[in-house]
Amino acid sequence: MKFDTPAGANPIDRTAVVGRPHDRIDGPLKTTGTAPYAYEHHAEVRNPACGYILGSAIGKGRIGAMDLAEAKTAPGVLAIVTAQDAGKLGKGKFNTAKLLGGPDIDHYHQAIAVVVAETFEQARAAAALIRVDYIRAKGRFDLAEELKTAPLTGNSNGGAPPKEARVGDFEQAFAAAPVTLDATYTTPDQSHMMMEPFASLAAWHGDELTVWTSNQMIDWGRTDLAITLGIPKEKIRFLSPYVGGGFGGKLFLRADAVMAALGARAAKRPVKVAMPRPLMANNSTHRPATVQRIRIGATREGTITAIAHESGSGDLPGGRPETAVNQSKLLYAGANRLTAMRLAVLDLPEGNAMRAPGEAPGMMALEIAIDEMAERLGMDPIAFRVKNDTQVDPEKPERPFSERNLVRCLREGADRFGWARRDPRPGQVRDGRWLIGMGMAAAFRNSSLVPSGARVRLGRDGILVVETDMTDIGTGSYTIIGQTAAEMLGLPLNKVQVRLADSRFPVSAGSGGQFGAASSTSGVYAACLKLREAVAQRLGFNTTDAVFEGGTVKSGNRSADLADATRAGDLTGEDKVEPGDLEKKYQISTFGAHFVEVGVDAYTGVMRVRRMLAVCDAGRILNPKTARSQVIGAMTMGVGGALMEELAVDKRFGFFVNHDLASYEVPVHLDIPHQEVLFLDGTDDKASPMKAKGVGELGLCGVGAAVANAVYNATGVRVRDYPVTLEKHLDRLPGAA
Amino acid sequence: MADLPELDISRRGMLGGGTATVVIAASPVAAAQDKEPMQADPPAPIPLSFEVNGEKRDLTLDSRTTLLDALREHLHLTGTKKGCDHGQCGACTVLVDGVRINSCLTLAVMHQGDRITTIEGLGTPDRLHPMQAAFVQHDGYQCGYCTPGQICSAVAVLDEIGRGVPSYVAADLTERPRMTDIEMRERMSGNICRCGAYSNIAEAMAQVAGERA
Repeated sequence: MKFDTPAGANPIDRTAVVGRPHDRIDGPLKTTGTAPYAYEHHAEVRNPACGYILGSAIGKGRIGAMDLAEAKTAPGVLAIVTAQDAGKLGKGKFNTAKLLGGPDIDHYHQAIAVVVAETFEQARAAAALIRVDYIRAKGRFDLAEELKTAPLTGNSNGGAPPKEARVGDFEQAFAAAPVTLDATYTTPDQSHMMMEPFASLAAWHGDELTVWTSNQMIDWGRTDLAITLGIPKEKIRFLSPYVGGGFGGKLFLRADAVMAALGARAAKRPVKVAMPRPLMANNSTHRPATVQRIRIGATREGTITAIAHESGSGDLPGGRPETAVNQSKLLYAGANRLTAMRLAVLDLPEGNAMRAPGEAPGMMALEIAIDEMAERLGMDPIAFRVKNDTQVDPEKPERPFSERNLVRCLREGADRFGWARRDPRPGQVRDGRWLIGMGMAAAFRNSSLVPSGARVRLGRDGILVVETDMTDIGTGSYTIIGQTAAEMLGLPLNKVQVRLADSRFPVSAGSGGQFGAASSTSGVYAACLKLREAVAQRLGFNTTDAVFEGGTVKSGNRSADLADATRAGDLTGEDKVEPGDLEKKYQISTFGAHFVEVGVDAYTGVMRVRRMLAVCDAGRILNPKTARSQVIGAMTMGVGGALMEELAVDKRFGFFVNHDLASYEVPVHLDIPHQEVLFLDGTDDKASPMKAKGVGELGLCGVGAAVANAVYNATGVRVRDYPVTLEKHLDRLPGAA
Repeated sequence: MADLPELDISRRGMLGGGTATVVIAASPVAAAQDKEPMQADPPAPIPLSFEVNGEKRDLTLDSRTTLLDALREHLHLTGTKKGCDHGQCGACTVLVDGVRINSCLTLAVMHQGDRITTIEGLGTPDRLHPMQAAFVQHDGYQCGYCTPGQICSAVAVLDEIGRGVPSYVAADLTERPRMTDIEMRERMSGNICRCGAYSNIAEAMAQVAGERA
């Protein structure tokens, strides 16, 4: 179905199943360790060999020679594949750097060999026996240095020309404004660090390849694996029934899948490969660091008259920018505007999408700037945001937001959190040795509907089976897809069986960009409409007025059991949702407000988050339990981004130094207090047939700034370089002397 | 590569400014072997028996095999997860003689005669352990990969508090610890959940602790 007019009244509105806080249907499997992840398909493949990836030990240069002799004769070794003997390999359209390096090396820990042996221990030991003669070249590893000469760039999908985006005359308005801010913020490189490492099990049957892997996007991964191996896509079956976290890191084909496929071909038996944790940060992708300059000019009454956001980031040749200015085009009003991005070439590992690419680091900067500006104006930061709210796209005022309840989020959050108790003067509130501060930030992230297909089959056993290549990366896809199908056919959730993430199923949205939930359930909705037609037809009912409820179908004064329809055999429906041009006519976004209270130890500078609240406006919430989990998880990642996460760059040799879970610090239990989430009631009929939008990234956008603003309110020391670590304010803390 | 023409020169000693030749062996062990490579004899497999989830298991294993890989690769008990293999994440947490450990940091051969409980031994999808049921009820997980380790740790943490084992957040080491939020959060901090389900895990644990109290 083409979604080109706003959704009218439809069966989902009944919300007998959708919109309810159902426990996850995959919960009993996940909590008992019986859900099979990529490396664990012992039932399907007996006795696979193990592959071990060797990563490049230089950041830039080439391999002069590789001596494999010792490794090849090591116990248990079945095969070693390097670029020299892998045959001609293509490069996936979503990959910037090639996944098997050599002789040229593009980045540190780029895979240069896979050693296949009978056991993991043997493969690991043999990999350590490979002797590599590297010729190191000079690389570009210093973002600040390279940004001095970096050119303007367009948006990340290459659609926009590389230029500044301007409305009115920013420079003149900024110069004329009585109150101004001109500040520069930096965000560091960040690593996804999902709990399940990249892992794949590959098995060839003749020229056909089956890959169990851990990937957010089945069709992208399958397509890029076909391109990389130079074989027809139809020869590959690609499956990811359970994905142990992705956060954007598993959007694309990665080295594990390619190495498993190459290793299996060379060893002539199935091979599984899991990437060792210490390889992940440099071998795969990361969120690129940014340098962001923000200028805001306002009247004394707090009306923004000029706003500029310029961001610079770096990536490998052919790579893309971190689009940190996205939200600044849309979040606040202002007649004179400027946004621009610069992209430097760096020889560090590949930069790419991490949860809320663009807005996550962009909001970290913008929402500190708004806090600073409110303080200069002597305004409450909520009142300043309310005053500059806009109901239309500020760059194209003829284009309204489909729904925008930012002000409600701010006000309801303020009430709930007790914002009125905050002392706007920083460094005033003490609780023993703790300096106490409250901070807040707006949340903002666009929402989009992307094509997504599904197939549903109502069996004679009364079970409704849903098949789609959609993935569940912890987001709750299994459950909300089941709820959608149950609602559409008037069945209880336990009569629905959901099968996901197999390339034999219809191509779906996949999990990314917070488009997964609304798009994939809309695809299921479309398929269910087809099935309802088939049911009505078989029962001789009029499709348009048939009501599916409680296992029965009613039309006018006629009624029949749903089971009657399948007596003569199973019925199926297949369709996909495709977006129309509603996203051109309307700006479709999600909104929220984050509130944070912190304590800062007056003597050590240690920061502790004491309370967190998020209020979200994201259309219909399909399952409040799983949606809430998406938001608290994002808030947790936001605390990480605010206070601890940073890939440290070795600018001499060009690599991320802290490439494991001991040294790349992420939040742990003790770092995270009880978290509260409120969802505004509401639907967005222009967003999707489900009237739903995404929340998984919204929850991350702004929370880092809310933490940083709370720290400032506690200490009076403004830190503009993330993460806000204690050495950045320790020497200026009040009252410690 | 156009800006680095010197890379076309491959012979050592001929390289110009901006490049250097480095020979890096893949491991310090290999680097130390400067002449004839020594081929060590393959380690002899070692027979071993222990009890897993109440069942006696006999294995013959490479001495380098961790307890984690013995469970996952040899017994196909894949509920115990490998997140980092370096004792940094807690996904591999199992109970050995009732005490939680990171099974990636211990070799299987060190556990002759031990009694090991994995997530599969706590409960099954049809008969969930109370902690497993509480995780489902409170949505104390998302992707599910750290979950078995979280649940094994949670079960052990309640036991540790019950036995009076002190912790970093104990204000007074002479007093028995109580089942407080801060005690549980501190003790669970070796189990990373990147999806960020901590707040829900805390609620699940509080419920089970309350039922026990």
